[in-house]
Order: sequence, then C-alpha cells, then structure tokens
Amino acid sequence: MEKQSDLLLDIQHLHTAYRLQGKFYDAADDVNLTLKRDEILAIVGESGCGKSTIASSIIGLYDHQNTKVTGDILYNELNLVGLNESLFNKIRGDKIGMIFQDPLASLNPLMRVGDQVAETLYYHTDMDEKARKARVIELFNQVGMPNPEEMYMMYPHELSGGLRQRVVIAMAIACKPEIIIADEPTTALDVTIQAQILDLLQDIQKQSHSGIVLITHDLGVVAETADEVAVMYAGQIVEKSDVKTIFEHPLHPYTRSLLNSMPQNEGDSDEELLVIHGTVPSLKNMPRTGDRFAARIPWIPASAHEENPQVHEVEPGHWVRCTCWKSFHFEDQPAPQEVNSVSGE
Amino acid sequence: MSKEIIQVKDLKVHYPIRSGFWNRITDYVRAVDGINLTINEGETYGLIGESGSGKSTTGKAIVGIEKVTSGQIFYKGQDITKASNRRKLNYNKDGQMIFQDSMSSLNPRKRIEDIIAEPIRNFENLTTDQERERVQELLDIVGMPSDAIYKYPHEFSGGQRQRIGVARAVATNPKLIIADEPTSALDLSVQAQVLNFMKNIQQQYNIAYLFISHDLGVIRHMSENIAIMNRGRLVELGTKDDIYKHPMHIYTKRLLSAIPKVDVEHRAEHKKHRLEVEAEYRNDQSKWYDKDGRVFPLQKLTTTHYVALPSAELNEMEGK
Repeated sequence: MEKQSDLLLDIQHLHTAYRLQGKFYDAADDVNLTLKRDEILAIVGESGCGKSTIASSIIGLYDHQNTKVTGDILYNELNLVGLNESLFNKIRGDKIGMIFQDPLASLNPLMRVGDQVAETLYYHTDMDEKARKARVIELFNQVGMPNPEEMYMMYPHELSGGLRQRVVIAMAIACKPEIIIADEPTTALDVTIQAQILDLLQDIQKQSHSGIVLITHDLGVVAETADEVAVMYAGQIVEKSDVKTIFEHPLHPYTRSLLNSMPQNEGDSDEELLVIHGTVPSLKNMPRTGDRFAARIPWIPASAHEENPQVHEVEPGHWVRCTCWKSFHFEDQPAPQEVNSVSGE
Repeated sequence: MSKEIIQVKDLKVHYPIRSGFWNRITDYVRAVDGINLTINEGETYGLIGESGSGKSTTGKAIVGIEKVTSGQIFYKGQDITKASNRRKLNYNKDGQMIFQDSMSSLNPRKRIEDIIAEPIRNFENLTTDQERERVQELLDIVGMPSDAIYKYPHEFSGGQRQRIGVARAVATNPKLIIADEPTSALDLSVQAQVLNFMKNIQQQYNIAYLFISHDLGVIRHMSENIAIMNRGRLVELGTKDDIYKHPMHIYTKRLLSAIPKVDVEHRAEHKKHRLEVEAEYRNDQSKWYDKDGRVFPLQKLTTTHYVALPSAELNEMEGK
C-alpha cells in the first residue's frame, strides 16, 4: 500500500547541460529517478559520470549562466526546475538538506560552528535566539558530539574531520528536512569514522522518516546502507534496482565490471583485478549516440548493442539500459549462450 | 630464506611543540614512537593506520626525507639513518617513493620526459639518446603512449599521472619503493589499473614495497605481511592471514569491522558486530592501552604474529 505522499522526489527526463566554450553538453542525460519516504537511494559511479550534477540540479545550486537544466524535478507537486530563487531559498535548508563531501569547505572558518547551525534556524524558523541555541545543542547531542555546549563555541579548524562532518549533518537536519542529499559524505573520512557517520545518517532517517539521496563512488558504502541503487555511467543511468539485486545479480556490463575491479576483503585475492579498457570519456568527448559503454568493451560485437539504447525493465523493479547485457561476457571468458530472460540464480 | 632489505629498529620521530613567551619547546608530538619492522626483498609490506597514526611519517623516515629523532634504519644490514651513509650506500637510488597526490608531486612546469629523467640524471651518466630511450621504455612499462614525453602533467588524468609517478619511482631500478596511499585519490577501475601495474613491476624487477594505506581491501590485495599502526606505535603485526583471519588487538578488530562489506544479505549482522566491537573498544581502553593511552610493546604470539598487549594479558590468553 503506497500512499501518494510517500513519493518525495520524482525526477523525470532531467537533462543538465554545462556550457563549455559556447556549447552546451549534457552532463546528466535523461535521468529518471524517484525517492520515497524512508528510503536511501544511492547513486553510484566514477568521477565525471554526473552523479554530483544530479545533486546540484535537485538543490538548485549551480551556475545559472552556464548551466541549462530541463525536465522535471517534482517535490510535492512543485517543480524545482526553474523555480524562482526566493522560493527556492525557503525550501533549501528547510525541506531539503544537503551534506557535502568536504566539511571544511562547507563551513565558514570565521564563524563558531554553533552559530552556523543556528543560522539555518534563523532563516527557516521563528525561534528566538535562546530557543535556537537550545535546539543547536539538542542537534549536537543527536549527531553524537561530545560536550555540545563546549562544541557550540568552537571554530571549524578546532574540530577533527569526523566532528566537522557531524556539524554539517546537524546543519542539514536542523529543520527536519524531508529530503537529505548527501554528496560523498564520508569520502574524506577514516573507515571507523565513516561507519559512525553512516550509522548516524541511518538513525536520523529512521527517526525523521526522511528520504536520503546518497551519492558515492564506494560500492561498499552502498552495500551497507542503500535501499535502492542507481548506477551511472557517462551521464546516464545504466542500471537501477534494489540493493540486493545490484550486488547479487548485476546485469549491465558496467556494473559487473565495476564490481570485479574492487579489491575484495573476503577470501584470497591473488588474482589480478579487472581493468576496464580505456577511460571514462570527458564531457566534451562523450559519445552521444549508441551505447556509451560500448567503447570500453570492444570484444562485444556492435550488433549486441541497441542503436539507441533504452532502459528496459528486465524484471519488476530492475531496470537496465541497452540489451548488450544478454551477450556480455568478460574478455577472458567464453561467450555465453544468449540469455533472454533473467534466470533465478 | 628471503633476505631482509629494510630493518627498522625502535624508530622515533617527534615534533617539538613550542609555546610560551620564549617559544621554548614545551612538549613533543610523538608522531612515530618506537617502531620495529622488517621488510624482505621483493615482498609487499602493508602498513595500515588511520589519519594521524604516523604511517606516512614512518614511510618518509624510511626513505630519508623525514628527520629521525632516535632509532635506526638498516638497509641490507647497514645503518642508513645518517644522510652521509645513505649517499655512500647508494640508498637514495635504491629507495624511491610514490606519493598520494599525483598533482602536487609532479612539477607542473616540467615535461613528462624531464620528470621521469630527473632521477636518471641524478644517478646515471647517459647520453641524451640513451636517456630518451630509457624514458620511453619506462613509459612503456606503465602502459603510457610514447608521445606522452612531450606533454605536461596537467594534460593527463589522475590515473595516468599516478602511473607517471610509478614510472619515475622505478626509473633508477630501485630495490625498495615506499608507496604512500598511491591509489586513494583514484576511481575504482583506475585503482585496479595502477595496482596491477605495481604488481607486475614488482614481479619483473623484484622490488620490495612498503605499501601505506588506510584501505584494508587494497592492502589485503597487495601485501603478504601487514603492520597496523595506532597512535604512533604498532598494535599488531603479522601475515595477511594472521591479521585478517585472527585479529587479536581490539584496534585491529575495530578497523576490520568498520570496512563496508559487499554482502547485502548479512548487513544487519555485520552492523551489530561492528557496534559490539566499537563498544568493547570504548569500554576496555585500560585493557589495550596503558594509563597514558600509549600502546603496549609488541608481544610474540606465534612466529609471525605479534600483538601489543601487556604480558599478563597474554599469559591469560594463552591459558585459555
């Protein structure tokens, strides 16, 4: 039973293009995604695949002169694409919170961290100064900072990386947003701190029933936290499914290659890691027709790819772009019999 | 069987903290505080630690670009702690380093040819033609196109730059390479490329690596022996199996349990285990660290496996 209001974000045919030397190039190309309440949606991909572009399009933080966003990003019937700035300022920080990768760069070095979090409350609530301070201390408690009163008076440089990220998270959740966008929230942190921050995000989500868009390149993080996963390559979503299917039964060649190029923590790993041929195309040189991943798997015949690859629902809730997965095999493996349906195992 | 190439004895690197009116030394930051380790010829030695644990300082001290406060470093049995000895023994040629950030470790104003040729020019007397041939050969080894020699670092992607860094490190046919987080800034597929190149080069030229990283997956993939560093000291030392299959110290267990696992089915159990270890780590500080918060000296557990525990604790464990 799905209520109407369970759908927090509905992204339809999103195109985000950046201007390079006078011409616009799509960095996000026809992206369709939905985010439900109580859901962690992970967007995975390597650098330059357009995952952060989606984040900045949702939250409306991009250079309006040199960026063209088309399509729909629906939040409660409200289209965030082309929304006027004063209206957006009310939503941003209030209904949609954002956590950036580098906590030091997203904090003001000249302001006490407590005041920075209180600033969000100043703009979005009608609390008085005392109430704001009390709320900030409550938030610091919630994100697991020791001695919140003391921390309130600190400057960003006095805090460790993990604590800084907690401040940023406190800022993002200050107004109890329905949507939290976390762009590589743990990339700059140690593994033990990373685990704590991810736990914290999950706890917050459970308490506030918000939806989280988690953008990351780390497949391990995805496997540990996400509910739904979208894999991106060269501006397009190539595979989308629930987290279990992505890891246990991946179909798209890119997803499978990526999983095989990861150093494993289990078992013996003396064999060579899989190297994907070639490099990720740059924005300007991205192929705009045909399968964009085709150049990286040259041993797959061109006839296996669709001329204009579309996303197909191969089983309920599992979407794959192009039909080349049916005849895909790794270079050192023999070609399989063409599969026409998704086998159980 | 295998010969030792590097032996580190009680290595200490302390940085002074100056304060007060006279700016006198009031205390020290004990970045590296008494480390012993041995690297064999042609092996990969993994050094794991979180940021601030002193792992990079250890690497820099071994290669000779960090001043050692006390302790000794032996290269093939000879003391190279002093700079003059390093010169005499040709250690500057035999020990090389690969840095984490390829952008800041390659001179942006130099062409790739000059970058890679620099160590060759320092140690060998080659004619221009011979030198160019050697540079081409090196680029070939790391899989770069031959026209790369006329380009500048900014014209390459991160993975390519890191491969140039590898080419420069192997230019002088070194016996030991200190790799300080060589792949942390790279994407997965590019990381795979660089790691495979490093492995191939090692097999071809019998190079020993000291592989410094915080990524336990990468270390597991690359190394045979592993040391875990915490607060400037080693908490555990052993073979790959010792560390990953039978971790003894709480800090090792904590690190291992914190790595995200690609096992969606059991992620709830994994999280529970992680929280248990975390709670144990927090509550039993006195058991694993002495009253000043220092790590205990290493105790021998088996012939390969060493753990930092007070001796009383060790006896108890053996009694069990």
